[in-house]
Amino acid sequence: MNTSALVVMLGTMLLVTGLMIYFFMRVLNAPPKPEPDSYLDNDDDPDRQATP
Amino acid sequence: MSANKESWGSRVGLILAMAGNAVGLGNFLRFPVQAVQNGGGAFIIPYLVCFLVMGIPLLWIEWSMGRFGGRFGNHSTPYIVDTMGKHRLWKYIGVFGIWTNIAVAAYYCYLESWTLSYVFHSILGTFNGLDQEGVASFFDTYVSIGDSTLGIPYEAVVFYILCLLLNTWILSKGLSGGVERVAKIGMPLLIVFGMFLAYKGFTIKAGEAGASFDSAVGLNFLWTPDYTQLWSPTVWLAAAGQIFFTLSVGMGTIHCYASYVRSKDDIALNAMSAGWMNEFVEVVLGASILIPISIGYLGIDRVQELVQQGGLGLAFKTLPFLFTQWGEVLGAIAGVMWFGLLFFAGITSSLAMGTPWIGFLQDEFNWKRKPAAWSFGLIVLILGMPTVLFFHYGVFDEYDYWAGTVSLVVFALVETILFAWVFGMDRGWREINSGADIKVPDIYKFIIKFVTPVLLLWVFIGSLVTPKGGDWGKALSGDWVLDDSSIINKIKNSSLKRQLAEATDPAIIEQLQETLFFVNASRILLISVFLGIAALVYMAYKKRVREGRI
Repeated sequence: MNTSALVVMLGTMLLVTGLMIYFFMRVLNAPPKPEPDSYLDNDDDPDRQATP
Repeated sequence: MSANKESWGSRVGLILAMAGNAVGLGNFLRFPVQAVQNGGGAFIIPYLVCFLVMGIPLLWIEWSMGRFGGRFGNHSTPYIVDTMGKHRLWKYIGVFGIWTNIAVAAYYCYLESWTLSYVFHSILGTFNGLDQEGVASFFDTYVSIGDSTLGIPYEAVVFYILCLLLNTWILSKGLSGGVERVAKIGMPLLIVFGMFLAYKGFTIKAGEAGASFDSAVGLNFLWTPDYTQLWSPTVWLAAAGQIFFTLSVGMGTIHCYASYVRSKDDIALNAMSAGWMNEFVEVVLGASILIPISIGYLGIDRVQELVQQGGLGLAFKTLPFLFTQWGEVLGAIAGVMWFGLLFFAGITSSLAMGTPWIGFLQDEFNWKRKPAAWSFGLIVLILGMPTVLFFHYGVFDEYDYWAGTVSLVVFALVETILFAWVFGMDRGWREINSGADIKVPDIYKFIIKFVTPVLLLWVFIGSLVTPKGGDWGKALSGDWVLDDSSIINKIKNSSLKRQLAEATDPAIIEQLQETLFFVNASRILLISVFLGIAALVYMAYKKRVREGRI
């Protein structure tokens, strides 16, 4: 590949992949919010129950 | 009270469903074609700029509008926008958010059914032994309803109905039990299939497995930047248009999905995560498959010719032949992965298109999920059959143009004005930031209020009065002749009428006259559906008044 094409391609792909991973990791590592929240799967999660 | 008790199962499931809604066939078929036609690698600059100043703001606007409407028990755009604007007409603007989805689903499911059918044909080895002409004519035979390639009578219709039944059945299972489950399976599989094909796209060697050129030739063609193109309004318009369609904004699906999120839960980070996931699929995977593989076998000149007809031709008439060059087994695997990937991209989007209608019936007329889902399937079947039966008469393209292109721009423009200027930017900003797990940069307050509406207005005006050949310089100097692709000339059927005036062969004249009839009939049908939904919104309004909800 020629240099300019390679630079544009790698720069774009690394930027987009990096940002995709960064934001997805932020979602996975976000602190849990107390119940009731918008999601069914964690309804019985003891860590998420609101303290009386 | 609304019968709507839906919920998302998990946050990751919601993000995958949102990303699946955005990721569609256009990520693999439209983006690379747009890039090669608009400056190669230089296209990525306006593309990413438009993503930052138009795409991301629209994602935040739609997520927050949806969540805001959901707080009042509204899960479709007519009453979501009604909660934000005081004028009674807003709810009729919101009709776009149901109509677009029904009309797009009608032809999109047909496209999706091709991918399903091609997965089967790849497994059965139908393309083995066919030359490129044979594979191309296979497609033409397939969409000619009377002919069959599998021995099944009306094969295209059968696959279309199968596809529609599958969509409807999944929708009837609900958000977490149906839509989210498909997204959790479909999106990872799509990425795995895409990565395998991208690897193949990067490792083609001239002289091996029938290839004529190295991958580098195709990648150079796609990524070498032509910076002179950066000054062309046509290129910026194409970039803005691509961002628009790839994110599925202006449809009403994002509003609907987000309406099931509570106000204390994040939407700002969710929107970014889903948006960048879509960009990854488009820019990294989408750019690494279609063009590099096609050029590796056919060369630049032939591919340049083929891209003039759009990505669909390359995907269905060319790639199946190229895969057979890799041997029977690998060819079949590649075929299954390519069409499987397109199928997952398609179904995660078409499922999203069903949810606003279902939400509307549940909210306003207390329908249960199942009958609401099956009513969607029935309407889409009735509206979609003309696209299947009269495909060669431009019905498919007509639906795509009005519902899948123009309508999105109009609705996005109006909703942005509603959000930033009617609802108010201060309230809107509080909505975006409510429960946010990230700090939204303050500059976006300015961008959403001024830059995004201006850009959208420019996209709309640019489409309304596109100058001939996209020559804006000539147009602005006073010689403004409208292109046939402009909305005004489309309404006037200028292209068809000119072809008709120039035709001398009676058979061609008859074909063109029939096409003109079907084009106008399609428009009448689409307008009737819009008016029908508007009437339902009016009935819902009257019902709300009777019940004291207004």
